[in-house]
Amino acid sequence: MAAHKLIFRIQRFDPAADREPRDQDFEVELPPGITILKALNKIRAEQDPTLALRYSCGSAICGSCAVKVNGHARLACKTQVSDCADNGVLRVGPIGNLEVLRDLVVDIDPFLESLGRVKPYLVAEDGAAPDHERHQSPEQFLKIDPSTTCILCAACYSDCNVLEVDHSFVGPASLAKAHRFIFDSRDTATFQRLGTISEQTGVWDCTHCGECSTRCPTETKPLERIEEIRTRAMADGFHDNAGARHALGFRETVGKRGLLDENYLPARSMGFGNLPGLLSLVPVGLRMLRRRKNPPLIPPSIDKADEIRKTFARFEELRK
Amino acid sequence: MYSHDVVIVGSGLAGLRAAMELVDHLDVAVVTKVYPSRSHSGAAQGGVAAALGNVDDDTVEAHIYDTVKGSDFLGDQDAIEILCNDAPRTIYEMEHLGCPFSRTADNKLNQRAFGGHSYLRACFSADRTGHALLHTLVEQTYKHGGKLRVYSEWHMNRLIVEDGVCRGIVALDIKTGQLEVLRARAVLFASGGYGQAFKITSNAAANTGDGIVAAYRAGVPLQDMEFVQFHPTGLYEHGILLTEGARGEGGYLINAEGDRFMSRYAPSKMELGPRDIVSRSEQTEINEGRGAGPHKDYVLLDLRHLGRAKIMERLPQVYNLAKDFIGVDCVEEPVPIQPTAHYSMGGIPADNDCQVYLDENGTHVTGFFAAGECSCISVHGANRLGTNSLLEALVFGRRAGKKMLDVVPGLKQAGVDEEGELLAAQQEIEALYAGDGSEDLHAIREELKETMTYQVGVYRCGEDMRQAQSAIAGLRERFRKIQVKDRGGNFNLNLIDALELSNMLEYAELIVDGGLAREESRGAHFRTDFPTRDDVHWLKHTLAFRTDDGGHELRYKPVTITRFEPEERKY
Repeated sequence: MAAHKLIFRIQRFDPAADREPRDQDFEVELPPGITILKALNKIRAEQDPTLALRYSCGSAICGSCAVKVNGHARLACKTQVSDCADNGVLRVGPIGNLEVLRDLVVDIDPFLESLGRVKPYLVAEDGAAPDHERHQSPEQFLKIDPSTTCILCAACYSDCNVLEVDHSFVGPASLAKAHRFIFDSRDTATFQRLGTISEQTGVWDCTHCGECSTRCPTETKPLERIEEIRTRAMADGFHDNAGARHALGFRETVGKRGLLDENYLPARSMGFGNLPGLLSLVPVGLRMLRRRKNPPLIPPSIDKADEIRKTFARFEELRK
Repeated sequence: MYSHDVVIVGSGLAGLRAAMELVDHLDVAVVTKVYPSRSHSGAAQGGVAAALGNVDDDTVEAHIYDTVKGSDFLGDQDAIEILCNDAPRTIYEMEHLGCPFSRTADNKLNQRAFGGHSYLRACFSADRTGHALLHTLVEQTYKHGGKLRVYSEWHMNRLIVEDGVCRGIVALDIKTGQLEVLRARAVLFASGGYGQAFKITSNAAANTGDGIVAAYRAGVPLQDMEFVQFHPTGLYEHGILLTEGARGEGGYLINAEGDRFMSRYAPSKMELGPRDIVSRSEQTEINEGRGAGPHKDYVLLDLRHLGRAKIMERLPQVYNLAKDFIGVDCVEEPVPIQPTAHYSMGGIPADNDCQVYLDENGTHVTGFFAAGECSCISVHGANRLGTNSLLEALVFGRRAGKKMLDVVPGLKQAGVDEEGELLAAQQEIEALYAGDGSEDLHAIREELKETMTYQVGVYRCGEDMRQAQSAIAGLRERFRKIQVKDRGGNFNLNLIDALELSNMLEYAELIVDGGLAREESRGAHFRTDFPTRDDVHWLKHTLAFRTDDGGHELRYKPVTITRFEPEERKY
């Protein structure tokens, strides 16, 4: 395959000169088999030395070079140009949900600080100057193997739909970090970890969109880890929080009626005895009413609700 | 001006381990060009050595001997004894801090084979051992909360040494472009290696020898710079590391004819010979026309017989790298590989407590320490054994920390001429803007890298190295004419590129000249015109001292031999 020409449409931003980010096109001639990172460095070398980006290892382990390629977070060093060049144009921009400092460089400190919220280190009782190893079975190791592959590249953080609207969410990478300790047979703080993470801004604030796992360049796959944490928290009895109540309420209404009772669920999630919580729902309800987004007061009957109930009951049986 | 008790430059295993030792007792800062989790320790794949004897009857004694022999007898044996004796404790400590390690069926730390080790000695976390260890220490930085000050994305420009006393550093905040003096009672360099001077390299872009050159320019000699390790399994053309663990798990090396050629070079160890020998064997196969591919310029790593399950469990990163970077599915096809510049045996000379030497007579620089790949203590001598570098970083990072804890309270904060230091750093930067722009820094960098890979690589000879010498002198001359184009303050990569290239040009000359002077073949330094080891004349360490005119002078110091007299090295 010969070299071919391509437009790299790169988002530029220099806080000293620009008010807003702007796009700049670079026409490049690239040999086959070239990665986005190598192409960006070629642009720096041949066309514009002022282009700012981050990179280091070049082999997908340091996590420095996450950028958005055609709107989605990818590691520049391991992404082939040929996989992304539709119609001869390839768009590159900084990752999302973080402030842009210059061109493709973002302030990653909020991301790194978010990890601090899950107590990201092993808690164990035995001393720090050991003269022996602790035992762990290969199966126990395998449980934490995926979550320990995280390279902190922030691709998941960038494309997380919850973080886009709610910066208080602890985020997918932090939840994967939490998973790594919750499921580590050597950690002794599992109970406290599950309790903390079940509260607001924690594991239940994820909306299951799956972007994090789709964008994750490693085996971490945050969504799967989030699901494992939720399952574990429920199994260990952490039911007294909005997320768990929401999940239980969901099961109750679908199990009982074969459909979701959208009037029941918010109140159930908040807790029926939680007066301030219930009152906090009122403005949301009024806004929904005003925009006619409110669910009907009496849930409509739907076809085959009976079948759904039966299917649901069967699952419940299987689960037991 | 910032002021701390201790400033650590580098946030890999050595730097973070030292910081851990100090953080509860002294005001410590870590200065890093990247972020701690992005340090190059994290790229190590295959394992970390310790004679635990979990899967066979390994002994510390055997680890010591293997390391001495692997070093081609240039390693200092007192330091090697410390390294190997402290290995089991080091692994237990990392395990207790939470490092995830692959386990045996009876729940112990598993251990795999590695080149040059005579027992199954490499503890591992799949093929991401460096990553697992590094992130374990990064996690500890959270545990220590706000006590540890980390300056991420700061480029270190100058080491301040006056009258034999270290006083701090000058560094550039990459986020703002601001130069600052960081004053300290003691400075530890844990700033990594210098493999970026080569075209085919497994090293991160950050590994431009900033630490060693800053020390050298401040009057500290550099030791054994000619010894650069070429790893046998770099991904073809990319140089990306594919772990030696791939061979430890049973992978073969084959040539175009499908022949397991190591049977002709290291019949008893085969693919698990030490790295210098395996890399040379590959290069011989290529040079003699038995290479694979259209240009016959690579050999093959064959993992097919291991089967998908074992590859995915033990070597997932190798699988992904081959797949993502060159589109080869190693379950189905052998992977094209070639030797790649990998590890810097040379560096800043230091004693067993990481205190830096100022000369060949044992004089120290007060308050200056070095640990990890930037140091030359020397535990690796002329050739490092795989899995000994992660170990070295942890063992000597801790030792540096302990020694500093011991001596720093007794050290006064020496005076610093802040204005003078900032001015000197500023002038160095301004010179990079002052050229007429008739030369291009990227072109110079590429030429340097090609010169080093093709003329100062796996096989060397006087003629090639003399050519390299004059090529580098020419490149240094041309470097004066480059012009940094970016006038911006924040994230000025153009400026950082130039600062790094200036460092690379400075130390590349020492690799070549040290190699030219050393008329023998030892470990990773192999000369076709002097193909044998010469213990009579060359059982000694090289020390390169910078002279006032920007040149250098080579002097030598003896190797420490405790128990193992040099003998012929056969595998």
